[in-house]
Amino acid sequence: MQQASGLSGIGIKVVQSLDQVMQNVAEHKGCGTSGGSGKASCGSAAGQGDLPPEIWEKVKNHPCYSEEAHHHYARMHVAVAPACNIQCNYCNRKYDCANESRPGVVSEKLTPEQAAKKVLAVASTIPQMTVLGIAGPGDPLANPEKTFKTFELISKTAPDIKLCLSTNGLSLPDHVDTIKRFNVDHVTITINMVDPEVGQHIYPWIFWKHKRVTGIEAARILTERQMQGLEMLTAAGILCKVNSVMIPGINDHHLVEVNRAVKSRGAFLHNIMPLISAPEHGTVFGLNGQRGPSAQELKALQDSCEGEMNMMRHCRQCRADAVGLLGEDRSAEFTTEKIMAMDVQYDATSRKAYQEQVEHERQEKVAAKTEELVELAGEDSDITILVAVATKGSGRINEHFGHAKEFQVYELSAMGAKFVGHRRVDLYCQGGYGEEESLDTIIRAINDCSAVFVAKIGGCPRDELTKAGIDPVDQFAHEFIEQSAIAYFKEYLRKVKSGALVHVEKGDAAIRQGAYVVA
Amino acid sequence: MAYKIITSQCTACSACEPECPNNAIRAKDGTYVIDPKKCTECIGYFDDAQCVAVCPVDNTCVIDASYPRYQARA
Repeated sequence: MQQASGLSGIGIKVVQSLDQVMQNVAEHKGCGTSGGSGKASCGSAAGQGDLPPEIWEKVKNHPCYSEEAHHHYARMHVAVAPACNIQCNYCNRKYDCANESRPGVVSEKLTPEQAAKKVLAVASTIPQMTVLGIAGPGDPLANPEKTFKTFELISKTAPDIKLCLSTNGLSLPDHVDTIKRFNVDHVTITINMVDPEVGQHIYPWIFWKHKRVTGIEAARILTERQMQGLEMLTAAGILCKVNSVMIPGINDHHLVEVNRAVKSRGAFLHNIMPLISAPEHGTVFGLNGQRGPSAQELKALQDSCEGEMNMMRHCRQCRADAVGLLGEDRSAEFTTEKIMAMDVQYDATSRKAYQEQVEHERQEKVAAKTEELVELAGEDSDITILVAVATKGSGRINEHFGHAKEFQVYELSAMGAKFVGHRRVDLYCQGGYGEEESLDTIIRAINDCSAVFVAKIGGCPRDELTKAGIDPVDQFAHEFIEQSAIAYFKEYLRKVKSGALVHVEKGDAAIRQGAYVVA
Repeated sequence: MAYKIITSQCTACSACEPECPNNAIRAKDGTYVIDPKKCTECIGYFDDAQCVAVCPVDNTCVIDASYPRYQARA
């Protein structure tokens, strides 16, 4: 599968255009940090912000590249790429479960032809599905024929769908020209280290030039190939997101260095994700008791990297066959059996109409937030609080507390409302089963929040939350999240000032590690 | 001898199939099998058996003792 002959040709091109591209990258300085409150995540400021139009076009309806877009647009992954060329200590390819949601896990593998049919079926059913990604369950570029055949089929039948892929980077330099040829304009590289000393504790081996290479040598080759691939993507004008898994005690401090390395090579967005590690996953880290970070540890690292570049905080670490909005998974509706039985009519016109409606709603949301922000401008306070929000999309507080599978977390300060993450929780409302235990889980997951915004909430959880120091708020039901959060915060500050309320610093919160059971 | 794939361990990830210099590996019944008549243990091609080197599950591609050791032609 090596395509070494193509490499030298690309290499020359890189040298010629890299300077200019790096200059362009430097000029747009990552994405969407527009003045004052501009520490928002990627592209989440009032729409386009200071993004150049061509970049905005690429990210505005990509849920993974724009936090703001992820409230409105959906993505899907097709599991056409089972093979991998490296081994990671947080991955175990033998473990495969339909009830588990994390990268590398799929229910069924697809051929490129089945994948193309699935994409059309999903695009016809979910008009806001705008992005098709290939993310495994192995490495897409360790399966180049299947990956590019899938892109070819889809670009013929559904040319309006954006294509993207994610890779470990080992064979990336061999494929950048092909990626460019298929108009794949988003590539994610998982980069967990730039120092082989660190890398040897994450990667037991790589398969390289017909050999299994281990230890520091393996990590050295991998990091060289990742950096080369990233530079080539930047030179080719392909937007690159870097994913990093935060592994406490192994690469947590080192990720600041990774952040600098990828930023200087033109990466557009950095996504630091918590390690998912439990013994039942059968991974090396799961079995040797390696822990994942707490919510506050993760946030602190993301915050410390944010001055350098835009951080993605809305990643749901989804399965390699996920379908739907981030945070929801509709893959069960689109099994191969169901798809093959579907009569698919691909209607580009109605998709376009639907997406125009979304754009309209999106503008309304931005306007509402801006209005509320103007009033906040006069506030002078150092107080910062986190609030959790139950939502099922569209940027509104529109989910019942008991139905929420996750809560989105916003940081409120005099600067405004900023999305800083999300917390996955057990379904609280499971027909009376284990309800008290679930409520405890939820409280642990949002323990660092001062309030939780919901469309509706029952009497019992309301009391329990209040007891735990989390204010249950349903007065903003079905309103826009950010506008409501800012309004709440203004009131909060007013009460603190008048002495009606004492501001308390909240503690840390837990990131869910166990299996996510589909309702 | 030739290599064989322990079916119960195989994840059907397909990584071995394109690496085999003898085209001895193919999908069968949801997993992968090695044709012992074609397998040369990669002798004459590579220092290491490619299926063993790329397989994500240890001890899944193993020597099949029921076949005589492959002899490279002089």
